[in-house]
Amino acid sequence: MSKLSRSPGWYKFRRNPLSVPSLVLVVLIIALAVFAPVVAPYPEHAGAVVDFINASLPPSWAHPFGTDVAGRDILSRIIFGYRISLVLGVVVLGIAVPIGVTLGLVAGYFGGWVDYVVMRITDIFLSVPPLVLAMAIMGLLEPTLLNGMMAVSAMWWPWYTRLAYNLARSESREGYVLAAEVIGASKAHILAREILPNCVPAVFTKITLDLGFVILIASSLSFLGLGVQPPTPDLGSMVAEGAQYLPDTWWMAVFPALAILVGVLGFNLLGDGLRDILDQRQ
Amino acid sequence: MSSSLLKAFALRLWTSLLVLVGVSILIFCIARVIPGDPARIALGPDASEDQVIQLRERLHLNEPLPVQYLEFVRNFAAGDLGMSLYTRRPVTTDIGSFLPATLELVFLAGLLVAAIGIPVGVLAARYRDRGIDHVVRLLALLGVVTPSFVWAILLMLIFAFFAELLPVAGRLSEGVAPPPTIVGMYTIDALIAGQWTTFLDAARHMVLPGLALALSGIGQIARMTRASVAETYAAPYIEMAQAYGFPERRIASRYALRPAMIPTLTILGLDFANMLGAAFLVEQVFAWPGLARYGVQAILHKDLNAIVGVVLIVSAFFLIVNILVDMAIAWLNPRIRLEPRRAM
Repeated sequence: MSKLSRSPGWYKFRRNPLSVPSLVLVVLIIALAVFAPVVAPYPEHAGAVVDFINASLPPSWAHPFGTDVAGRDILSRIIFGYRISLVLGVVVLGIAVPIGVTLGLVAGYFGGWVDYVVMRITDIFLSVPPLVLAMAIMGLLEPTLLNGMMAVSAMWWPWYTRLAYNLARSESREGYVLAAEVIGASKAHILAREILPNCVPAVFTKITLDLGFVILIASSLSFLGLGVQPPTPDLGSMVAEGAQYLPDTWWMAVFPALAILVGVLGFNLLGDGLRDILDQRQ
Repeated sequence: MSSSLLKAFALRLWTSLLVLVGVSILIFCIARVIPGDPARIALGPDASEDQVIQLRERLHLNEPLPVQYLEFVRNFAAGDLGMSLYTRRPVTTDIGSFLPATLELVFLAGLLVAAIGIPVGVLAARYRDRGIDHVVRLLALLGVVTPSFVWAILLMLIFAFFAELLPVAGRLSEGVAPPPTIVGMYTIDALIAGQWTTFLDAARHMVLPGLALALSGIGQIARMTRASVAETYAAPYIEMAQAYGFPERRIASRYALRPAMIPTLTILGLDFANMLGAAFLVEQVFAWPGLARYGVQAILHKDLNAIVGVVLIVSAFFLIVNILVDMAIAWLNPRIRLEPRRAM
């Protein structure tokens, strides 16, 4: 720890007063998601449990965020909801980032017609409002978790293509790329071993920021009934369900809604903090 | 307008048209390669085999894909997007009747974003690292990270249910007749007809959904304006203006804001795209009978023609807004605007 506390990166990260709390928040959310079956007060409420005696209870000590119309503990369902959101975010970025970065690097480094074709296709994807595109894909397929991940990935890769494209174009003019070319390194080697490592910091920062926004988009889809289907606890569908019973049982919609806000906020602030560390070259 | 500006405009229009063709191919492919027979999906499980065969024939579903696409383009050029398989009306008629309500909302939200986001951002940049700056940055951050449907529900709960200041849902109160249709936007139609009570009622109904739609854009624009105004304030020519003793207000409005507006306008264009997407959520919460609600219904009923139509219209609108933004940027940027008319 003493080594870490003296490192320049940690100093830069800590200088922004919101970074450390956001790191704690993100670690807490990840821990809740990973250990959901252990930490949730009523882990069985993640499924299709019905307990009409305890239905629609306002917040209390036994149920800090109240219960829903089926009598399930909302806090427990939020914890399991984070689990689904995080899995979704990791899978979506796991699909979108490699595809987007590869296309962007290739287009940026080779230029010419590859550049033209790839970037025009990227433009096409970027000119449909992302949520509308994901909704259209989702609506045409069956609303399952897997299809949801595919639909969100389909709208997410172009942003990484554009990022990697700009990075590759500026990096390929640097001296070290020229040096590698002169000693006869293969194009694949230059892309994978010379340019890619220099793009990692920017891509990594964007991934952290985007984890929050993937959670936001995915919850928007499920809010419209185009995402994970009940009884699976998903934050977006919990808000939609609760919204039907406004204003009397407000806690059913408000707590899952705040849970989304807190999750996105945590990743967003953490991404800002990381950018402070990684942007040291500028 | 200089000739270079015109040329840039023509080029922009041309690439936008290409992009729109690309979008139409993309959405057309998605709509046709889905598993399952579109005709069977449209007719439901109770339809007879004969009916399905008939519908397949009518929708040209037996032809190869490129032929289907060309057929689709030919119809589209003639202003025909096919029949909605759910409402049983032409998709263009449906879109025509639902689009104005959505545009009314998105325009109001865009107006709120510009009218609140920009001044707030300038204020924060002017009083950088002081109390007001911290408050603005916190609120802007909350705006950005909160999904619009969460804002919609929170605003509805606070201002419509608890405070009872504004109506809960819909475009007009019960018993208020819609104004005669001219552009389809109730506020503007009511103004044209001179119906003040209808106008006020329609405007009151727009406040909450408009605000819910605008808040994330306001946050983004405020952040962006703050950053770029702060950057221009650090530029030497501002120092020069201050050294000459120009009034503070003139420096702010004339020298600092204008160059700072360029990145802000780009984001404003992107915000329009986001708001068109977010309208799907906000309209759902406030039972606002717009294009987005129609789109959601179309998606839930797997209404292929309607889905394709809605995506195309939304994309076209987005492209138009972006062209306008590009033109505004070209006009703001003296390097482009004042470029001498060289022989080209």
